[in-house]
Amino acid sequence: MTTSIIETQPGQGRQAAVPVVVARGLTKRYRSGVLAVDAVDLQVNRGEVYGFLGPNGAGKTTTMRMLLGLIRPTSGSVTVLGQPPGAPAGLSRIGALVESPGFYPYLSGRDNLRVLARYAGVPDSRVEEVLGVAGLSDRAGDTFARYSLGMKQRLGVASTLLNDPDLLVLDEPTNGLDPAGMADMRRLIARLGAEGRAVLLSSHQLGEVEQVCDRVGVISGGRVIAESTVAELRGQAELVVVATPLADAARAAAALLGESAVQRRGDALRCQIDPARVGELNRALVRAGVDVTELRRDERSLEEVFLAMTTQEVPDVG
Amino acid sequence: MLASVRAELLKLRKRPAVWVLGGVWLAMLLTFGYLLPYFSSPDSTVGPGASPLAELLPGNLVANTVGGYALFGGALVMILGALVAGSEYGWGSLKTVLTQRPGRLAVFGGTLAALGTILLAVVLVSFAVSAGASATLAAAEGLPIQWPPVADLVQGIAAGWLVLGMWCLFGLLLGTLTRGTALAIGLGLVWALVVENLIRASANALEWLDAVQRVLPGVNAGSVVAALGARGEGDGDGTPGVAAIVSGTQGALTVTALLVVFAAAAAVLVQRRDVL
Repeated sequence: MTTSIIETQPGQGRQAAVPVVVARGLTKRYRSGVLAVDAVDLQVNRGEVYGFLGPNGAGKTTTMRMLLGLIRPTSGSVTVLGQPPGAPAGLSRIGALVESPGFYPYLSGRDNLRVLARYAGVPDSRVEEVLGVAGLSDRAGDTFARYSLGMKQRLGVASTLLNDPDLLVLDEPTNGLDPAGMADMRRLIARLGAEGRAVLLSSHQLGEVEQVCDRVGVISGGRVIAESTVAELRGQAELVVVATPLADAARAAAALLGESAVQRRGDALRCQIDPARVGELNRALVRAGVDVTELRRDERSLEEVFLAMTTQEVPDVG
Repeated sequence: MLASVRAELLKLRKRPAVWVLGGVWLAMLLTFGYLLPYFSSPDSTVGPGASPLAELLPGNLVANTVGGYALFGGALVMILGALVAGSEYGWGSLKTVLTQRPGRLAVFGGTLAALGTILLAVVLVSFAVSAGASATLAAAEGLPIQWPPVADLVQGIAAGWLVLGMWCLFGLLLGTLTRGTALAIGLGLVWALVVENLIRASANALEWLDAVQRVLPGVNAGSVVAALGARGEGDGDGTPGVAAIVSGTQGALTVTALLVVFAAAAAVLVQRRDVL
């Protein structure tokens, strides 16, 4: 894999919240009767990286296809960049990679992008720029059929940048990439958000979502079951206290933090506490004659949150 | 739509299948249109046979070139149309294209225009190759070279373009309908080579079937080229698929109507169907 030229750090140049994607009650029921997407409300703002999380068949890709005008909703309303889905005025400002990259196998990577550049009405010179961004310049002359899965994915991402889009819709963009490629991709996505573009990202890589997304929507069984920032989804971290005797420790902690903030679970206490007050708690425990053997923060991972939410739901199709 | 035409032409120009089909067509035209008839002609200096040498000379250029369009050339461009439409679904490239700027109908219009350009090039190259072959044969036999009137040439080129366009759009419709290539090509070939022949064979016995055959693509394409002088199935060793079942004018009008219907039906499918 060739070296990426992505260097800009995330978090630069964020802009005020301006809705770019607004979906209300978006529903898709196929003729077979399968309800793939059920009354999804979604808003993605300019400069925001929005993570779309869900198990296989949850409805992520179907939702993305509806936003792009590839699939007609059964009901609900959508505007993308102020336009109905699939309208040329909107598409000209969108870069999209939906499911596996679809290209012409007999054409080289460069010629595939030249074809898309012609459709998009952008000059051929832009093709070389995006090949460089995707780290494909050295293999641009190879036919698409000879590309590895990771190279195909890179070409797909390159194609999304051809028209310098205001909105990127990326469906599992790190599929098939090696760890270095995945890291490159995360930096690219973060940079795109920092540049003021909106990014709608679906992913199974929870770590990836955790690192690059400003907000996350969790979809399961065709419904959005949670939407929040990553930090809010994970909830407040707890402090685990292992001490002897535990009953004395519980009384001392409750006296300091309040009864409701202290729970006894097994051989430990779990305390809701501001991180700045941990030292104060430690001193209180020592003053109460308790031997403190362990004090540690216990933060739920996004994966734990995701599994807890989605295992209750029955996946449909998507 | 110009952007879509340029994109589509780039795809077609670089697609090996286009060159293979074009090469096969020209090889068939030369082999069955000139070489085999020449070597089997009773009038030629190289051997006895049934085909008069005069039919191979430049004066008969139009009839000899368009004769193969009704069935063989039509089948080849039908395959081209099915490949162009069907492989976009198979490769998943349609969703990539439709998320670019032009919009569905502009993309489809670009495909039609590019195919029309390619087919016109095929017709022109066919006439050029036929002209070269017929002139070579005339020179080899020491006969004078007399070209047909320009008006006849233009009419032949237009008729050839129309017939090939109709068959190509038939394939395009099948490829769009089936969202693939294999089934579309199979159905198209069965229709052109089998179903139409069976209907024509039974049309003499059943009056209503005779009415049906008069709107069939192959029957009307065959009638158009027969009106231009191509030797038909009733002329001994005439070209299969060529028969004056309807008049040339009626055939041309029906072929035009079918072309419009095929294009409109494919456009409706492209515009309205979900792209999965």
